[in-house]
Amino acid sequence: MNYLLFLPELALAALAFGVLVIDLFLPRERKGYLPWVSLVGLAGVLALSLRYLWGKDTNLYGGLFLVDSFSLFFKAFFLVMGGLVVLSSMEYVKRHLSHPGEYYGILLLSILAMMLMTSSGELLTAYISLELLSFSLYVLVSFARGDPKSNEAGLKYILLGAFASALLLYGISHVYGMLGTTGFTEISAALLLEETPLNPAVLLGLALIVAGLGFKMAAAPFHMWAPDVYEGAPTPVTAYLAVGVKAAVFALVLRLFSQAFMPAIEEWQVILAILAALTMTVGNLVAIAQSNIKRMLAYSSIGQVGYLLMGVAALSPMASDGVMLHLLGYGISNLAAFLGVILYYNVTGKENIADYAGLADRSPFLAMAMSVALFSLAGLPFFAGFTTKFYLFTAAAEGGFLWLVGLAITNSLISLYYYLIVIKQMYMVPASDKSALKVSLIGGGVLGVLVLGIFLVGVYPAPLVDAIQGATGAILP
Amino acid sequence: MATLDSYVLMALVVIPFVGGLALAFFPGESRRAIRGFSALVGLVVFALTIYVFLRYDSDLGGYQFIREYGWLDSLGVAFSLGVDGISVPMVLLTGIVLFTGVLISWNIQVRTKDFFVLYLLLVAGVFGVFVSLDLFFFFFFYELAVLPMYILIGVWGSSTDFGTFNRPKEYGAMKLMLFLTAGSVLVWVAILAVYVESGLGTFSLLALEDVTFSDGFQRVFFPLFMVGFGVLAGLWPFHTWSPDGHVAAPTAVSMVHAGVLMKLGAYGIIRVGLDLLPGGAQDWMPLLLGMATVNVVYGAISAMGQTDLKYMIGYSSVSHMGYVLMGFATLNSVGMGGAVLQMFSHGIMTALMFAAVGALYDRAHVRDIGVLEGLTKRMPVVAIFFVLAGLTSIGLPGLSGFVAEVMVFLGVFQDYPVVGILAVVGAGITAVYILRMLAKVFFGTITPRWEHLTDATRVEGFAMGVLLLFLLVVGLYPRPWMDLINSGVAPLLERVVGL
Repeated sequence: MNYLLFLPELALAALAFGVLVIDLFLPRERKGYLPWVSLVGLAGVLALSLRYLWGKDTNLYGGLFLVDSFSLFFKAFFLVMGGLVVLSSMEYVKRHLSHPGEYYGILLLSILAMMLMTSSGELLTAYISLELLSFSLYVLVSFARGDPKSNEAGLKYILLGAFASALLLYGISHVYGMLGTTGFTEISAALLLEETPLNPAVLLGLALIVAGLGFKMAAAPFHMWAPDVYEGAPTPVTAYLAVGVKAAVFALVLRLFSQAFMPAIEEWQVILAILAALTMTVGNLVAIAQSNIKRMLAYSSIGQVGYLLMGVAALSPMASDGVMLHLLGYGISNLAAFLGVILYYNVTGKENIADYAGLADRSPFLAMAMSVALFSLAGLPFFAGFTTKFYLFTAAAEGGFLWLVGLAITNSLISLYYYLIVIKQMYMVPASDKSALKVSLIGGGVLGVLVLGIFLVGVYPAPLVDAIQGATGAILP
Repeated sequence: MATLDSYVLMALVVIPFVGGLALAFFPGESRRAIRGFSALVGLVVFALTIYVFLRYDSDLGGYQFIREYGWLDSLGVAFSLGVDGISVPMVLLTGIVLFTGVLISWNIQVRTKDFFVLYLLLVAGVFGVFVSLDLFFFFFFYELAVLPMYILIGVWGSSTDFGTFNRPKEYGAMKLMLFLTAGSVLVWVAILAVYVESGLGTFSLLALEDVTFSDGFQRVFFPLFMVGFGVLAGLWPFHTWSPDGHVAAPTAVSMVHAGVLMKLGAYGIIRVGLDLLPGGAQDWMPLLLGMATVNVVYGAISAMGQTDLKYMIGYSSVSHMGYVLMGFATLNSVGMGGAVLQMFSHGIMTALMFAAVGALYDRAHVRDIGVLEGLTKRMPVVAIFFVLAGLTSIGLPGLSGFVAEVMVFLGVFQDYPVVGILAVVGAGITAVYILRMLAKVFFGTITPRWEHLTDATRVEGFAMGVLLLFLLVVGLYPRPWMDLINSGVAPLLERVVGL
């Protein structure tokens, strides 16, 4: 067996524990080294992944752990995104949180969990990696120990998250009980032999798995935890939840439904389409009423989950490309929006939408970057959001879901309204405090890079689409 | 010139866009450099549009200056450009309005740089729509042309105080944005439907033109294009954003918006709707004709009731866009040719009107018709331009509006005499409110309150002169314009008649 294929995960685990151990020996004033250690480590793991996993299509441990271009694509995505989150966290952690060692260590562990998730080739491995991810997040969400909101968020997340895990596990047990296997390809083969209509027990298992994963990705009606958790969690963790965790769950969902459940597509397609319709509508409608920007972004990201679910419902190679592309486009846009919120909070300590009044005068750069991010989330052209949404919606329409696409486009219009409210505050309402805002150099630099990325994906997506098509080829030949 | 021919359309999109981006790096306080640079960009682009206009061969017809750049093969999207006899006048119109708009905005004081950056981006989007032959990019630029409006109106616009209630500029901006995006929701759905139904896996307009869609499909999806684009064209009853938006917008943006942007909507109806779904168009045109008639008459009556000068022009635009849509709905070559000429003529005319009102408002800080009186004494230049624009709007022979409107009337009378009468009645009402307003505002004795007013600056006068020049040229010698337009309209009508 070629253990080199497992090397990136081993190295990342070592890095996570390394950061925790180094933390013990660092005097308080040198804790600032930790994020840099994490960054260099992440870059190293990325290099290892690209070096040893590029072009491989094989598996380890008898199909438990898959090595293919799909998992490599997502691993690279998680590592880069993890690096961006570390960079975004630096100042926030220094100012508002204690115990940076644990913060970065646990963050790295959760990235490890996501990498394992995209590589898992059977249900239990997927479940265990999902649990590793969830447990890391429970801790990260409640990391602001002095803040009651953060504590409340942690408690809610752990209770509801445990419930969701139970549902998922129960669903897995049904599938195993009826089909006699947990391996993805074996499930697919077994489903092909099943006569239609499917045995209700298998269907129940499927429904429970959808519900469990629906909780994790915050799809309506399983989204109730998300706004409270997003609002209470330290903002970099919120950004991480909204971008990284969603991407990881969708990576699992894409693989699961295309490699394992594809033969039963008739059975689950409708369920996912209805969930998608519900999720996008609820998320966008409720977002209008929010006054806290983190809560607004939480609901908006629920809306985005709806679009992505629509892509899964219309599952085909093109739809899978669309989902991955939009995950990326949505990911960088949302990360940029959250980074703007973090930078503003670092300087002012405020996070209500009304507090953004006059930002265009106080910091033209921050206002411009946030407008770009919000316009991109709304799906306006020249920005990533337009191109990725257009791709995703076209794919869903090709899959026969034109009605759902119509609903999704209508929802985009609704979302434009509440994004414009923020932009109105920044550009049109005068500030009460007119002093110039000084954005930190690193934060501003990362934000600038993200804005450039938003433009690049929006205007020249061809190379990215090529890479994504290669990744899709591994799960949907 | 062969090289220029192959890049000129690309340049029309790229130059304002890159110019806008480059402008973002200018130091904010050097206003002279900023507006000088914008004027230079405007002039270059204006010159290029004149080049396209002169160089386009109407005898040959069809799409010319065609270029195609690969963009995203897996989605069937290519950046393909080309213009025909309908888009060439629109491209020229955009060039004229862009250039004069920069000159009219010479004295913008607040955040000058941001204004011109957004203004140039807006114009890049408009050019993009008129030259795109790919539905993806058509829609891309269509949305892009709407995007900067919100900030342009919200920051540099003006609120209107009606005494009993107030229409803040943010209201106008938000209303405009939501109405227009709601329209594009329909357009987007219809574009995707066409893509899926064709089964070709391409967004290329030229490829999709060759597909004959089933009757049922055409009947269901044509209204989406008609209403979706119609919102931007000011189609009744979806026009209410337009007066509010125009009034709230700063002068140059009103010029672009009423002058060019509303034409995007009308252009979309024929370039995409009629071209791809001719059968559906034939089924639905009577309805469009009915709605357009309401546009004409109701718009004119509403304009008559306005006390605010800009609102009056706003409603008059709604009324005049009705003639455009009416001309399309006739589906005969006289009516459609007149409609396209009306798009051009009204674009220039309304830009001139907004420019004149802007010059007036900058000095008087009031737009209330009841208060303004006898301004010719102090502002003879503004008065001349305003009066000539008003006469164009009434349809005085010798000015472009006459040719266009007469053709639309003739086209309508061919098949729908009753509607034709209503259209003429609309023109009559237009004469009433325009003449009444001109008499009140510019003639009579001046009140002491306006004695201090100064006339238009030389730059403003020059800008308005350029606009007037085109009104006269088209009005006095319409022949080459009609040849050009007919070369674009004829193939479209063949598609409808060929059914």
